Amino acid sequence: MRYSALRILREGLTGNKGWRPVWREPEPKPEYDVVIIGGGGHGLATAYYLAKEFGLRNIAVLEKGWIGSGNIGRNTTIIRSNYMLPGNEPFYEMSLKLWEGLEQDFNYNAMVSQRSILNLFHSDGQRDAFVRRANAMRLAGADAELADADQLRAELPFLDFDNARFPIKGGLFQRRGGTVRHDAVAWGYARGADARGVDIIQNCEVTEFDIAGGRCHGVETTRGQIRAAKVAVCVAGSSGRVMQKAGMRLPIESHVLQAFVTEGLKPVIPGVITFGAGHFYVSQSDKGGLVFGGDIDGYNSYAQRGNLPVVEDVAEGGMAIMPMIGRARLLRSWGGIMDMSMDGSPFIDRTPIDGLYFNGGWCYGGFKATPASGFCYAHLIARDTPHPVATQMRLDRFRSGNLIDEKGMGNQPNLH
Amino acid sequence: MIIAHPLLGPRDAAEFVYLGDASLIDRPDWQAQNAAERFHDYAYLRDNPAGAHRELWYHEQGDRSWLVVTRDTLSHEITRVELARDVARARGRGR
Repeated sequence: MRYSALRILREGLTGNKGWRPVWREPEPKPEYDVVIIGGGGHGLATAYYLAKEFGLRNIAVLEKGWIGSGNIGRNTTIIRSNYMLPGNEPFYEMSLKLWEGLEQDFNYNAMVSQRSILNLFHSDGQRDAFVRRANAMRLAGADAELADADQLRAELPFLDFDNARFPIKGGLFQRRGGTVRHDAVAWGYARGADARGVDIIQNCEVTEFDIAGGRCHGVETTRGQIRAAKVAVCVAGSSGRVMQKAGMRLPIESHVLQAFVTEGLKPVIPGVITFGAGHFYVSQSDKGGLVFGGDIDGYNSYAQRGNLPVVEDVAEGGMAIMPMIGRARLLRSWGGIMDMSMDGSPFIDRTPIDGLYFNGGWCYGGFKATPASGFCYAHLIARDTPHPVATQMRLDRFRSGNLIDEKGMGNQPNLH
Repeated sequence: MIIAHPLLGPRDAAEFVYLGDASLIDRPDWQAQNAAERFHDYAYLRDNPAGAHRELWYHEQGDRSWLVVTRDTLSHEITRVELARDVARARGRGR
């Protein structure tokens, strides 16, 4: 069923009786060409692009719970490509370009809203760093625009420009950045994959890998054995738990990141704004809630909930750049589990075990990467060579010294 | 979270800085034949368990001691706190 304005009109006039479930609930078959473990945004996108761009049909996506129940439904919905390093920026720019055409591509309203992202800076040194980053972005084909304090005063008068400790000296805009309706991304990819014959199998947890002679032949699941020529793990947040079943240790720690949303307000914040002196970022959802977050809690966790010191730190960050936020009442807060990697950058790679592929280590930047992650992972699975923009996202890059460390923090996952 | 410091009693976790897995105490021998390989694993690979996790916390806003805290990563419950110095000595480290 193709969605269109005409379709809505026709259904509206005939009592909305024509809508059907948009994906099937098939029983698992005993064998597939490709089994993708993890029915989140990245896993569903991988299945979608494998079917659509690389012509594979016999694919299953296995999901432990229900699709979209993990981080694709728990994030703060920001899209952007304001990275610096050559191993990252072309990849994220490809992702942003895919976001721009996504709704037409999969015929689903994902509410992609390019309302801009602004990174504030508070010192001369920070301005220099942002100019450098802006130039790197433009070299990779992205947009970047430096704004001085006067321009920001005109555009965003509610910011605390004359804050005694962290005065706002200007900011780096990426006007093409913005937000997306996160759940709709999972649903849109699921619908598109299902329509191309992909079996989306929910409530199906992988309990074991069938590995013999250095090759992965399939998986054991709570719904029986499934054989597959290629098994693709895509479970960021739980990568440690899943890959341990394959006997692999990863350059990843799992950490909890909290997010917050206030009561619904009239439109006050036009785009995404980030604080440059602490860690705080905020946007306003279409429903009116201010959606914001900050640092990870900083200790290993699989608990999907954090502690109060970080709540306080995030609130202080908000108050430092926009004191008006203090009048908004907090509605909800929640936590999600991040694969924090050793250099702050992700992995899309083969593993030392033949037929077993790995996608993970997205830190707290996985949502914006969803389309490119799916596309590049599909490329790797279908052709056994990395996509040109993802050649550096290797599992063995620490051994060879080719780290992609945007912040220059070293092997300290809770600082990335 | 409250960390029961062996010397100072219950302290707020916000007074501490977190480093990571307590296996970081076991620094490989730099003179070993396979030292490069072992240092790679030591510096970059983690067990990252869901459940009991022994980890290093530094009491920066307190007495500047390193602690080995045993904490459940699924519930954040802390079951054991030791001085890292004692742990290292028990493993035969001189200093």
